[in-house]
Amino acid sequence: MKKVIVPLGPYHPLFEEPEFFELYCDGERVVDVEWHAGYNHRGIEKISESKHWDQVTFLVERICGICSNSHPMAYCNAVENLLGLDIPERAKYIRTIISEMERLHSHFLWVGLAGHFLGYNTVFMWAWKYREPLLDMFEVITGGRNNYSMIKIGGVRRDINDQQIEMLRKMLDGISSQLNMLTKVFLDDPVLQARLVNVGVLTKQDVKNYGAVGPVARASGVDIDIRRDNPYAAYNLVDWKVITRENGDVFDKAVVRLLEGFESVKIIRQCLDRIEHKKGEILAEVREIPAGEGIGRHEALRGEVFHYVRSDGSSSPVRHKIRAPSYVNVPTFKKSSIGQTISDVAIILAGVDPCYCCTERVAIYDANTKKSRDITWPEIVKKSQEKTEQLKKHG
Amino acid sequence: MDIKTKALKKSLWVFHLSVGSCNNCDIEILDCLTPKFDIERFGMVLVGSPRHADVLLVTGIVTKKNVERVKILYQQTAKPCFVVAIGTCACSGNMFRFGYNMGGPLKNIIPVDVFIPGCPPTPAAMLAGITKLLNKVKE
Repeated sequence: MKKVIVPLGPYHPLFEEPEFFELYCDGERVVDVEWHAGYNHRGIEKISESKHWDQVTFLVERICGICSNSHPMAYCNAVENLLGLDIPERAKYIRTIISEMERLHSHFLWVGLAGHFLGYNTVFMWAWKYREPLLDMFEVITGGRNNYSMIKIGGVRRDINDQQIEMLRKMLDGISSQLNMLTKVFLDDPVLQARLVNVGVLTKQDVKNYGAVGPVARASGVDIDIRRDNPYAAYNLVDWKVITRENGDVFDKAVVRLLEGFESVKIIRQCLDRIEHKKGEILAEVREIPAGEGIGRHEALRGEVFHYVRSDGSSSPVRHKIRAPSYVNVPTFKKSSIGQTISDVAIILAGVDPCYCCTERVAIYDANTKKSRDITWPEIVKKSQEKTEQLKKHG
Repeated sequence: MDIKTKALKKSLWVFHLSVGSCNNCDIEILDCLTPKFDIERFGMVLVGSPRHADVLLVTGIVTKKNVERVKILYQQTAKPCFVVAIGTCACSGNMFRFGYNMGGPLKNIIPVDVFIPGCPPTPAAMLAGITKLLNKVKE
């Protein structure tokens, strides 16, 4: 009785990439989940083999619009690992600043989307409004709102001058007070507590079984972070800590992300102090890439990004392998959403911040009658929002 | 002026369709909804179904798996329906045009009315493109 439903139903405006989930349900309870991927396959690894080493940086930047700094970072780490190259100190700090700004903007984005799924559209509008100064700052520093092209093999493409540092500081002051407010909203609201606590729980063992990474793993008490475990850029030169929580529910995932925002602000402030009123090289010269292989890792917003490159001494990679964090995080749905109600599924799916967006249609199969019924993603979101509404009334 | 055109002039309902993009254009489209750019000023609302849509905003190279689906989806829309190709990927294929999974560009699959190039185009560029579309409708 398994029938594939063509997933060109309503593309939900809040999700960007086409993805297709099937939920098998018994009444309101979810008994099984299936995931179909492949709508967004663009063959980037193969295209990479036809590009020059320097061009690949721009190619991997376009893997994902939100992680548009993470992939070049991991790729450059891989090439520098192949070369055995140590980049100039100033470049390290600038790389760290861009990475952390990206983390901030992505976590704001996530908080906004989570708010929308729960029926708090005000949170959505606010969080996205607070994200704007960050994007404007990106435009000032790198020249692009979303594609920064800041990372280059051997260093960074542009320097940050003292005037920009001043602007950055001002922006950070604003951001941290807004982040503070959003954190309080999330931590104190009783309705949010009722919706999120003990929903979509992943235990420590589950995380280890699925090999989940990033905030998803840290919310379950698994203390992993590439920035600390395998330091690159300037992460071992500044003082910060890894945020972990124990429960592994959606609430903890939100808290981990919000608290990580404060750490990011702390890291950026320290980096700014180190590079202010100083001059220095930002680019180490790279003439040609010798034969060999290298690996690069980067703690992206959603977890570890892994890049592997192999060179035969020519002007483009012979093999380029990429593993993005959502690849291991998305299958955890199978554990976290089974046994939950349909109205909670929206926020559980959103909880891992998957890198899919246009989830268009989810097919619901009734496990008893074996009949299938289509339910659209907006319907699920609506269900989720109605549940919050009821809690508000009765709670 | 018939009743359809008259209605279109006042408010365009847009449907956002991503067929192999990198999220960037999609996020910028969403950004248009949020307080800073606020596309609803022009009477535009994102709708959840192609059957309600007056405009299709298409982003991304059309991957081979999506080619048939784009055609079906275009057929489902009520005519007249305008198609806006957002981003260099939808306009020409960007750096993916020599890739093995490239099914596009979009103009070879369905008729396109407005091209908004850029990687990604800024929300301001999108607003400019949409305003041009509105003017076209008025003519």
